[in-house]
Amino acid sequence: METSTTDVSGVVRLLPLGDTAWTVEFGDRIDPALHARVLGLAGALERARTTGPSGEMAAEYAGIVDVVPTFRSLTVHYNPLVSDGERLGEALVCLAQTSGATSKAGRYWRIPVCFDDEFAPDLNDLAETKGLSRETVISLMTEATFQVYMIGFMPGFPYMGGLPAVLEVPRLAAPRKAVPARSLAITGAMCAVYPWESPGGWRLLGRTPVPMFSVDDPISPSLLASGDRVCWQAVDRPAYLEMEQAARIGALDRSRFLVPEGEG
Amino acid sequence: MSGLIEVVDGGIGNSIQDFGRPGFRHMGIAVSGCLDSMLARCAKALVGNAADCACIEIRAVGPTLAIKSGRVRVALAGELSATARSVDGITREVGAWMSVTLFPHDVLEVGTLQGGTAYLAVTGGIDSPLQLGSRSTYQRAMIGGIDGRAIVTGNLLPCSSQDQREYREYQADPWRYAEGPIRVMLGPQQELFQPDSVEQFLNSDYRVTPQLDRMGVRLEGARLAHVTPEAADIVSDAVTPGVIQVPGNGQPIILLADCQTVGGYPKIATVISADLPRLAQLQPGQSVRFRAVTAAQAKQALLAGAAQWETWASGIAFGLPNVTALYNDPTSCWVSTDE
Repeated sequence: METSTTDVSGVVRLLPLGDTAWTVEFGDRIDPALHARVLGLAGALERARTTGPSGEMAAEYAGIVDVVPTFRSLTVHYNPLVSDGERLGEALVCLAQTSGATSKAGRYWRIPVCFDDEFAPDLNDLAETKGLSRETVISLMTEATFQVYMIGFMPGFPYMGGLPAVLEVPRLAAPRKAVPARSLAITGAMCAVYPWESPGGWRLLGRTPVPMFSVDDPISPSLLASGDRVCWQAVDRPAYLEMEQAARIGALDRSRFLVPEGEG
Repeated sequence: MSGLIEVVDGGIGNSIQDFGRPGFRHMGIAVSGCLDSMLARCAKALVGNAADCACIEIRAVGPTLAIKSGRVRVALAGELSATARSVDGITREVGAWMSVTLFPHDVLEVGTLQGGTAYLAVTGGIDSPLQLGSRSTYQRAMIGGIDGRAIVTGNLLPCSSQDQREYREYQADPWRYAEGPIRVMLGPQQELFQPDSVEQFLNSDYRVTPQLDRMGVRLEGARLAHVTPEAADIVSDAVTPGVIQVPGNGQPIILLADCQTVGGYPKIATVISADLPRLAQLQPGQSVRFRAVTAAQAKQALLAGAAQWETWASGIAFGLPNVTALYNDPTSCWVSTDE
């Protein structure tokens, strides 16, 4: 994770999302240090749910149906007929006060991207605006490591930090009606990949052949998860097309893009 | 023996739904499921199905269905009715809140919906493929249902076939919703609104606009002011069905079952789970009002809803079979089976 000098020892807020969810909020900004605390709580909760003091799941956790990490908070959705909301809230605050920031990084991915003009309609404009060469922009993108803050907006859509500051750019004034699926996109200090064709205003710098979302993978339909790290590997058009074709017939093993532990 | 239903006309706004797809929200996957879980449960109970079966959610114009094989008991719950036609041209009206059993070649033409949402349940539930643990259609990601889409003409819907010895039909009273304002718990970001706007939110009528789908309902009414214009945009955090978010224009949006998992507008309040089914019945032009309750009151409301369900379900009565239909049933023991 990036280091930050921000003080994140501040007050943890417990906010009700109606009678079916609690949001444990660590702050109101996008900040790697806040996100580390979100992941810290997510990890502590996972441990508490699977290995309670007596080896069984504590009753207050029994009704949890979803745990959603975001930039700055962790939301715990629960079934109010199973969990006592009040006791669950208290338990979450206790965990949050002691869970600290996570030191355990998520998975590390090296994901191919083709930066050919056809796939990168905003690459030349961005380079020109920033007074950089096209090749420099590509190098900046492929040399940086991006951190996944959260998955949202649409299934499998990763909000990633770590964009080199020199590339920060506002959204398009007029969003595109249809961004092609698997487009690598940036805006503000964020980077993402559109899992589906959809409307969108982010700047498109390339395209990956790797599906960001696959319903055929029941364990992890979303390729990426909050806490993962990603670097982009430039590939040429033939390599891109070959992998895209393999993905189309279900023959692209997504795990080959995982970087083994130790190499990250 | 299994049942098979052909969609002769898909109608408008009809989708296969069950209790939804929890457990995947951290991957950006909406929870989905029946918008009105109580009404869906009623329809399923009227055909003798378990509560977790899939049924057809009707939002505008009902579908027309033809039985291809099996004996299929069907029931409607909601403000609509249907016409059943047998192969020899005998027609009968099929009201909601009662089951009827259909036979091969029978056609069921479901009418236009008067309310906001209704359900059609069939024997054994719609047996479309499970995806990520659910049959619920989630169109944004093309998951569930048939090919991830609303029901369309030509779809084939597998289900079970009714036991031959079971000729009785079920009927019950219409489900009655709680009355009065929609109950909410304030927050999680009510402090990002000016105090008098929170008061206004709780004390004025909001009109339901035509911008309404399975993701949410846009309302129109007294403009709600954020503490500063900048407060209208927050760093995204999680949302859930029932959340009432307010963008910069000050007009509230209630999120429903297919809503995104995270959002960047401040949330003034969240509808309590007991009142979520009522949101499914909102229609353009209607007025709604909100009332703030405590967590304890939300729990009481939920328990009251569960008790109301028990009472309703215990009132399900057995009706007599439709004798005409019985004679028309080629699988019936009352008819010679020599061919």
